[in-house]
Amino acid sequence: MHILDLIIMENNILLGHGSGGTLSHNLIKDLFVRYFDNHILKLQTDSALLNMNGANIAFTTDSFIVDPIFFPGGDIGKLAVCGTVNDLAVSGAIPKYLSASFIIEEGFSFKELETIVSSMADEAKKAGVLIVTGDTKVVNKGQCDKLFINTSGIGVIEEKHKSISTGEKIKSGDKIIINGTIADHGMAIMAARNFENFKTNIKSDCACLNHMIKEILDTNCIIKFIRDATRGGIATILCELTEKNNIGIEIDESKVAANENVRGMCELLGFDPFYVANEGKIILVAPDEDVDKIISVMKQNEFGKDSAVIGEVVNNRSGKAVLKTGIGGKRIIDMLADEQLPRIC
Amino acid sequence: MKYIDEFRDKEIVFKLIEKISSVTQKEIVLMEVCGGHTWAIQKFGIPSLLPKNIKLLSGPGCPVCVTSKKFIDQAVAYSRLNDVIITTYGDLIRVPGSTSSLNVEKGKGADIRIVYSILDALQIANENPAKKIVFLGIGFETTAPGSAAGIINAARKSLNNFFLFSSHKIMPPAMAALIDEGVTINGYIAPGHVSAITGSHIYDDMPAKYGVGCVISGFEPTDILQSIYMLVKQVVENKFCVEIQYKRVVKPEGNIKAQEIMKEVFALRDDWWRGLGTIKNSGLCVNEKFSNFDAEKMIQVQVEETKEETGCICGEILKGLKTPHQCKLFATVCTTSNPIGACMVSQEGACNAYFRFNNNGK
Repeated sequence: MHILDLIIMENNILLGHGSGGTLSHNLIKDLFVRYFDNHILKLQTDSALLNMNGANIAFTTDSFIVDPIFFPGGDIGKLAVCGTVNDLAVSGAIPKYLSASFIIEEGFSFKELETIVSSMADEAKKAGVLIVTGDTKVVNKGQCDKLFINTSGIGVIEEKHKSISTGEKIKSGDKIIINGTIADHGMAIMAARNFENFKTNIKSDCACLNHMIKEILDTNCIIKFIRDATRGGIATILCELTEKNNIGIEIDESKVAANENVRGMCELLGFDPFYVANEGKIILVAPDEDVDKIISVMKQNEFGKDSAVIGEVVNNRSGKAVLKTGIGGKRIIDMLADEQLPRIC
Repeated sequence: MKYIDEFRDKEIVFKLIEKISSVTQKEIVLMEVCGGHTWAIQKFGIPSLLPKNIKLLSGPGCPVCVTSKKFIDQAVAYSRLNDVIITTYGDLIRVPGSTSSLNVEKGKGADIRIVYSILDALQIANENPAKKIVFLGIGFETTAPGSAAGIINAARKSLNNFFLFSSHKIMPPAMAALIDEGVTINGYIAPGHVSAITGSHIYDDMPAKYGVGCVISGFEPTDILQSIYMLVKQVVENKFCVEIQYKRVVKPEGNIKAQEIMKEVFALRDDWWRGLGTIKNSGLCVNEKFSNFDAEKMIQVQVEETKEETGCICGEILKGLKTPHQCKLFATVCTTSNPIGACMVSQEGACNAYFRFNNNGK
């Protein structure tokens, strides 16, 4: 083992452990899954799929620590509702009930808190979920950064949709679909956080996608996999999918859209938009023959107007996602180890 | 996107590939010196498009990769001082030192801040008068003028708590040293942004002295392919010279103002390059006139003894003598999440680019 690995393991958590890349994966695998050891957790799906007294339930939780708490396109409250609603919806479940826990820093503005809570209420209403329980803690100034929110959620899931979260039925020839442009959320946050003098009109794509997903499921087309491409971007999802299911994927870079302003900022900082977070984008896998119908349904929803096929499952290159680059070259898409950092030059 | 999409045009790319293929079947070895080129070549999948007789080697132009372990160890030591705030460009924080890294120290509570410009570091100095702000100056002629401007600014504002810890290096001595060391290449794809500052004259003696071509290249796929085409033609016609491909940015005389401020602030010194050892007059240190802003002179610190990794062949990779795949540690022990050599740390490092984009070895 490398010396740095020992230092990391013996002492301290690094920011990279929360980045969604390989450091996070190792932490989850080597610590949480090892201790909490059970067959449901081991599947590591977005929501845990439970069967209680004959009812199929999806259950999930997520914590929100976004800085800044207000950003173009949303705020921490909207994000907290959308994040959990989406985690349930992409599992094939109909989201029903949410909890909301608040950890608030002493001195935080009541007015801002009200704005955030009201935005949560609006978003929950739009998504058709009820926030039915919660908790409040206030910590000393400096012990948290303004406001942290945790939401948990439960939803009901039909038996036939239970394989959507694992993607176990994917086979070669299936198509990969996305519902629009990538990297909007991550770059909106980046711009709002780090560049006071940097004016952009980049807006987060933060949105509840449960209605669109239900419309897709209602087509009765075969849906083999859905996942929201949040932290770690679409690259991370594609890597997880290929590794877990031992399949190959080929993505056509020229089919993956990003807004001009987002691309510009990524170019400026040396970021790869494939690894930048989204909060309103899903990756969906479906058989070729159902693709047209699915896309036409998605396009009718406000969050799926720019839906497109971006690639397909291939039977060579097992366990790898390959990118056909815009200029016609080929390269591997790999999982990011850590947070993306701006390049030096 | 304007000024980007034109240079990533698939049709032009294919025309260039066709032209390169039609010139010769002879094996030609070119080195892209700059880490930015390595990154772009792998990111766009250029090796998968080139004819088999054209070989690209990655050179020593990744600032993070050639930075010595001693520099990291000393930066770690600074970061452990209670009254110091370290400011740095992002990539550097993951580079392993002898027993720690800045990232590990940050996890333990050291005040280490990633900045996007030295001006952010000056701002931090302004806001924290009781602290010493150390800016880690790494990179070549591209980033050195920024550091120089930072110091001139600090002097103008009489900021007495701002210090540069310089590991800045200059490119031509390393490119000459590589060939002196026996690296056999036909030409250099020379770093475009270095020449945006220095101009093209820094390479003037290379073609005659070393028998290699030099094409100063931009960073988009069509730039790189056009540069390869220009070099291949030089080889076939046996007429080696310095050419500028990246004309939209590089002028033969360079950026005079930037050259002047570098001269005002820095002095040349012998410097240690990972893989290449000490190269005469290849490093930039803060000169006497600005010594009040020189971290090495103004902040005394105990630095641990440098321990080198065993088994890591970063040195030979930086010299272009081996490719990452020839390293036993590559993709086995040394990965992007657990980098052993610096070439795996930076996005611009050859090992990192190969690992992420090309073949992660499984």
